[in-house]
Amino acid sequence: MLFPISSLRESSELSLKDKFYHLSWMYIIFIVLLSCTGFFILYSAAGGSFQPYASKQIIRFCIFFVFMIGIALTDIRFWYKNAYLIYLAVLVLLIWVQIAGHVGMGAQRWINLGFMQLQPSEFMKIALVLALSRYLSFGSLQETQSMSYIVLPTLMVAIPAALVFKQPDLGTTVLLILGAVILYFLAGIQMWKFIAVGVAGLSIIPIGWHFLHDYQKNRVLIFLNPESDPSDKGYHILQSKITFGSGGIFGKGYLKGTQSGLNFLPEKHTDFIFTVFAEEFGLVGCLSLLVLFLCIIFYGFVIAFRSANLFGRLLVLGLSTNLFLYVFINIAMVLGLIPVVGVPLPMISYGGSIMLTLMISFGLIECVNVHNSVQIGRRIAYDY
Amino acid sequence: MAAHEGDKTKMISRRAVLIAGGELALSGVLVGQMYNLQVLKYDKYKTLAEKNRISTRYLAPPRGLITDRFGTLMARNDQNFRVLVVSEQTDGNLNITLDTLNKILPLSEHEIQRVRREVRRSRSYTPVIIRENLSWEEMARIQLNSPDLPGIIIDEGLSRYYPFAEQAGHLLGFVGPVSDKELEKPNATRLWKLPGFKIGKEGIELQHNDELCGKEGSQQVEVNAFGRVIREIERDEGEPGKTLPLTIDARLQKTAFEAFKDHSGSAVLMNIHTGEVLAFVSTPCYNPNSFNLGISQNEWDQLINNEKNPLLNKTIYGLYSPGSTFKMIVALAALEAGVITPSTEIDCSGYIMNGNQRFHCWKHTGHGKLTLKEAIMHSCDIYFYEIARRTGIDKISAMARRFGLGDSTDIGLPGEKSGFIPTRKWKETIRGEQWLQGDTFNVGIGQGDVLVTPLQLAVMVATIANDGVKVRPKLVMDDKPPVKETLNISKQHLRLVREGMIDVVNHPKGTAKVARVNIDGQKIAGKTGTVQVRRVSMKEREEGERKDLTWKEKNHALFVAYGPIDKPKYAVSVVVEHGESGGAVAGPIARKIFEECLKLDPCSPKENS
Repeated sequence: MLFPISSLRESSELSLKDKFYHLSWMYIIFIVLLSCTGFFILYSAAGGSFQPYASKQIIRFCIFFVFMIGIALTDIRFWYKNAYLIYLAVLVLLIWVQIAGHVGMGAQRWINLGFMQLQPSEFMKIALVLALSRYLSFGSLQETQSMSYIVLPTLMVAIPAALVFKQPDLGTTVLLILGAVILYFLAGIQMWKFIAVGVAGLSIIPIGWHFLHDYQKNRVLIFLNPESDPSDKGYHILQSKITFGSGGIFGKGYLKGTQSGLNFLPEKHTDFIFTVFAEEFGLVGCLSLLVLFLCIIFYGFVIAFRSANLFGRLLVLGLSTNLFLYVFINIAMVLGLIPVVGVPLPMISYGGSIMLTLMISFGLIECVNVHNSVQIGRRIAYDY
Repeated sequence: MAAHEGDKTKMISRRAVLIAGGELALSGVLVGQMYNLQVLKYDKYKTLAEKNRISTRYLAPPRGLITDRFGTLMARNDQNFRVLVVSEQTDGNLNITLDTLNKILPLSEHEIQRVRREVRRSRSYTPVIIRENLSWEEMARIQLNSPDLPGIIIDEGLSRYYPFAEQAGHLLGFVGPVSDKELEKPNATRLWKLPGFKIGKEGIELQHNDELCGKEGSQQVEVNAFGRVIREIERDEGEPGKTLPLTIDARLQKTAFEAFKDHSGSAVLMNIHTGEVLAFVSTPCYNPNSFNLGISQNEWDQLINNEKNPLLNKTIYGLYSPGSTFKMIVALAALEAGVITPSTEIDCSGYIMNGNQRFHCWKHTGHGKLTLKEAIMHSCDIYFYEIARRTGIDKISAMARRFGLGDSTDIGLPGEKSGFIPTRKWKETIRGEQWLQGDTFNVGIGQGDVLVTPLQLAVMVATIANDGVKVRPKLVMDDKPPVKETLNISKQHLRLVREGMIDVVNHPKGTAKVARVNIDGQKIAGKTGTVQVRRVSMKEREEGERKDLTWKEKNHALFVAYGPIDKPKYAVSVVVEHGESGGAVAGPIARKIFEECLKLDPCSPKENS
């Protein structure tokens, strides 16, 4: 036993009714608002039809919404206790995908559950944040800043990152590593270590380049010079910018997009959904959507600051920052600021796995909010 | 909370603020790029967006050709120029563009309204046809003024052309634009929705539309704001429609059509062994090319107001009483029933009494004593009243049905009429009246309620000539064996009837001496029919034939024939509406057809090899 139950009981035994009362309804309203925007734009992407995207997305949202509330009402200590277990379970799934996973789109990413395609790399994003939050929440600042402290968490990142990279899924790999780096940074690891790793990283780029798949190399090359091949790969970036730019300040109006109707973008309902939105709602719409995203992200920060326990704090900050990374990478990608890496726009892009991941994240964030007065940690055990 | 944990908490808060700041800064970058693309470079991308249009266009494959049995083209595709408008490229004002075009190419109010209606109905980037079949000059004038005509494009297309025009109009039918109702048909394909796509509307063009249409092709193109194709990304040519060879001999079709001169009527010439139809004429006929080129109001009015009904395909839609051509059926029924023998004689005194009702022979003075063969030769009515009375209606209708009368022939044309053979049961159940002996008398000479199509008459005479084997007529050449049905009629009876028909044409006293043919010793046999279309009163009968009858009041003239007589091969039926006399009017038409047919002999092995 790491901590005696008795000491926790006095501060944390909330009834279900109390927990419900402690849910941040403001946060939930933001999420529902964002999802509805997604439904509207998927309706448009299908050429003004609920089929095939919007209808499925709405049903999924309703199911996952129940999940989210369920996770939020679960005792936070359950998540703390089982953080490593969950991490290990997802890691096993990830390895399983490598061996027996369903081959789709030239990449091994999914396990076919029959009713749904399970993408373990998506869940790894949450599992890793859970496990790292637990690990990084113990130990004093001095301990944290010691060299030996970061060996284990680095392995916790490196193993899944390597597996996901091999799938190959560059976007998720980048998200996993960036998410972990942010958590390290938050936990107080010294700046010079980041700089050292950064320099080392830059120096192995030429070697890493060698291991990239041809299509990944192509994407980077075309990003650097999109006009070089306007007919094929660069064509998508160019068309994405044209669609985006032609929206202007106020857009062409809902369901009146001309570019998106012409099927020049292969993934207009997934990775390039934002261009469909931008064409129809213009700069005003884009800014509004961005503000909505930032509201959700920074509301997470507020929840983090309210949390009495370090685990909860790190967990919420980690998940919120992950959400930001999604949003930033996706939008920067369709705006032609970074290479096309295949990251969807949270709650707007069509897709079941990603929506489930996000709803679990939101559930955990709400869970921290509900249990913000609960004390967790080894320190307490020692004090006792 | 322990002190050192407090340090860590402070550190996390500090760094969280740093991260939040970083996130805001990165969001700022996104906003900057959004502003850059949507505000600063808006004009550039707006123009690019307008220029960049990738669209999939479906390509209409050329329609299948239709040929006669020897490969002579009966329907072909000619290249033409057409002018179209793409509404979204007209600078937002379709009316101005149409007005400008009107000055260069005068358009009728009707045309302008049709274009407006079609533009409203279709997507803004779909081209709508304004006019087809432009002359070279008109095309050049539009091209020259193209800068003033935004959204107007000239396109090269194919239009259907029928070299034989009226001569094969009813047979081939014509093509026309797809109507909304037709789009709901189960066999409607994507092709049908193409602007200006035409489908078969009548005849062979309708019946074999699916084979003639072919499979659509598609083209992925990038087009600019003016509708000009910048480049083609992908192209699939589809499959052109199949060439359809008909059993028709175009030369005989022409001969048969021209033999009618100004008469209104129908003629069918067929091979009695294979069912192949060699000539299929209904006259007068519309010019199918007029429908393709856009028929003028004047021409249309003439078509619908013509009392000779040029829009009706009389060969399969025209219903006529067979008159005396029905006497062979009555004779065969009587022979089979055993009520007469070949040597049975009946005395014709010019009339016969049925109760107190008097039935007349066409020859008032009477024919005297006649055997069956002689009765056919003279077409004596009294003989057939008498044997019809002896045989009874049930056996006569049954015999008629065996010959296919009252049933469609399944020649493979849309909506063929089946004609009508009256029965006792029909009259009792449908009309609620009792079958009277007088009715049997009328049926005995092919009048009354008996109705047949000219095509059915051709099949009937072909079956008699083919020794009682009925062959289904066909219009399209195929490798399938002919569909045959043996009627189980005594060959002896058939020979007797044929001998009578030979005498009709070749005996000095026959009723159709004018139809006599002698091509290298090959002769034909036939039977006349003259059908009353009005009741003849007692008074008229006594005063003799009236000369002041209007066209509509005159008798129909019919003639059925087969030949050569020693080895029958071809059969023909001719119906001349209100032609007055089967022998004198329909006979010579059949003769002309047969003379040409026996000369050419299109079904001889030599010709087909």
